[in-house]
Amino acid sequence: MALEFERPILELEEKIRALEATAREQQLDLSEEIGLLKEKLARLEREIFQGLTPWQRVQLARAPGRPTTLDVAEGIFEAYAELKGDRAFADDPAVVGGVARLEGRPVVFVGHQKGRNTKENIARNFGMPHPEGYRKAMRLMDLADKEGVPFLAFIDTPGAYPGISAEERGQAWVIARSIQRMSRLRVPAVAVILGEGGSGGALAIGVGNRVLIMENAWYSVISPESCAAILWHDAKEAERAAAALKLTARDLLALGVVDRVVPEPGGGAHRNPEAALAELKRALLESLEELAGLDPDALWQDRYRRFRGLGAYQES
Amino acid sequence: MALDRLFRRRRTRGGGREVPELWVRCPGCDAQVYKRDLEQSLWVCPECGYHHRVPVETYVAILADEGSFEPTTGAIRPTDPLGFVDTEPYPERLARYQKKTGRPDAIYGGRAAIGGVPSVLLVMDYAFAGGSMGSVVGEEIARGAELAAREDRALVIVTASGGARMQEGALSLMQMAKTTMALDLVFQKRLPYLAILTDPTTGGVTASFATLADVILAEPGALIGFAGPRVIKQTIRQDLPEGFQRAEFLKKHGLVDEVVDRRKLKETVVRLLRLTYPGEADGA
Ligand SMILES: [Zn+2]
Repeated sequence: MALEFERPILELEEKIRALEATAREQQLDLSEEIGLLKEKLARLEREIFQGLTPWQRVQLARAPGRPTTLDVAEGIFEAYAELKGDRAFADDPAVVGGVARLEGRPVVFVGHQKGRNTKENIARNFGMPHPEGYRKAMRLMDLADKEGVPFLAFIDTPGAYPGISAEERGQAWVIARSIQRMSRLRVPAVAVILGEGGSGGALAIGVGNRVLIMENAWYSVISPESCAAILWHDAKEAERAAAALKLTARDLLALGVVDRVVPEPGGGAHRNPEAALAELKRALLESLEELAGLDPDALWQDRYRRFRGLGAYQES
Repeated sequence: MALDRLFRRRRTRGGGREVPELWVRCPGCDAQVYKRDLEQSLWVCPECGYHHRVPVETYVAILADEGSFEPTTGAIRPTDPLGFVDTEPYPERLARYQKKTGRPDAIYGGRAAIGGVPSVLLVMDYAFAGGSMGSVVGEEIARGAELAAREDRALVIVTASGGARMQEGALSLMQMAKTTMALDLVFQKRLPYLAILTDPTTGGVTASFATLADVILAEPGALIGFAGPRVIKQTIRQDLPEGFQRAEFLKKHGLVDEVVDRRKLKETVVRLLRLTYPGEADGA
């Protein structure tokens, strides 16, 4: 299931593998040829990835194999335990979280959870939470405050689930509460957009002192498809909408919506998750270090200033 | 939509052809209602109780004690941070709405006394880009909350919005966090915040400041929710139940305190503010 623009890279990789196999089988020294092809591969990868359109990045953000929240937990924590349930209605499989150790320090984490395949994705509702998912997130924020340990949030959702039961149980109300609860944390909070940052359902766990974003993730007020359906009356215009929304990591950094872009390895995080997670871990530790000296009031002030200052307008 | 037709007719008036608009057809019960009667009843159908949409000034007139209102919004104007172009460039869209409504963006408000309770009253304008929340609406809400906190006023917000404004991208999304956090200044001073949700209130407005009020009132029949009914229908591929996402449905599900007829709105708000405002209720 390669993405269209990945094909030339994959083809070249295939060629290199074939050449390596030939060299092995026939005991030939093809190291020069292989070396040249590998250089060419690196060049090609750079070229393709530097010129990615916003829509191509949206596709990367959704690519199978991209690290999910549980992959992040496996990859960056020495140990973790998942905690389940909202203590009111249900356990939402689209949101996961728990307690963990990050380089020896205790943390509480939460994140949207997509499936790694279709079956899992259906079970996870494609990472689209119901109200109980946000109540689970708030319960974990309470725990972080109680324990006095940093709170980490991993964002990866197309949006909160738009369904009858979600509305009946106050989807909007609970998202608002979650935004409020997170803004009131008395511990350092760092949010990372891992893949998709779809609207209020993403922001509900996005009110960090620091907001990081993976290089090929997106974050916006609406998905490109929905935006296209409303403004152009055609979901197929998603490519145009993706460009218009300025939803890429670099655009968001320029707008001040995110504080730091976490670089992804050549070819994207889905092709080399270990390298991507190593970069992410480093960025998280540095962000926590920056916040280490701040007391609860200073942390609130810091968050208030950060979000209070966002927006573009003219005094007249 | 009936109200649109009404506005159009009013506009053609100046064109020379005098069209007498003595009667308005009610979308709720189909009755022809005498316009002066409708005005008398704050645009609530005397036959069936249907609530017509009304201009923001009407809410100010209903809620603010006579002579007490002093506008504070309007000093800031929207820009085009993304260089957004869809079927028309965003600045042209804005100019059109500014001309239509006479204000820089989708919100109007200021200091007011409500039943003697010093308040900040903010009203969202659905006629301006569907009441969508971009940077200016978010900033005005935040400033309104800060003003209420600074001057020990109650905060009263009348909402009407399709949600966050697409043309300002992630910056619109950030207004949800900004407005939510600004409310904390009001709460820290133990001042009351009352929200009145009118038709429609959806998306990022419902999922932020609108539903964080101490008391949430809703107008009868108002559509209120996170996702719009069309999106839900597309997602679940089935018809939505009768009355879904309407004010009465939300009350039944415990999400709003009361559904209040516009003709009773002022007395309801005054009673609630007097019961929750910690200071003296005797003026602005
Ligand atoms: Zn009627």
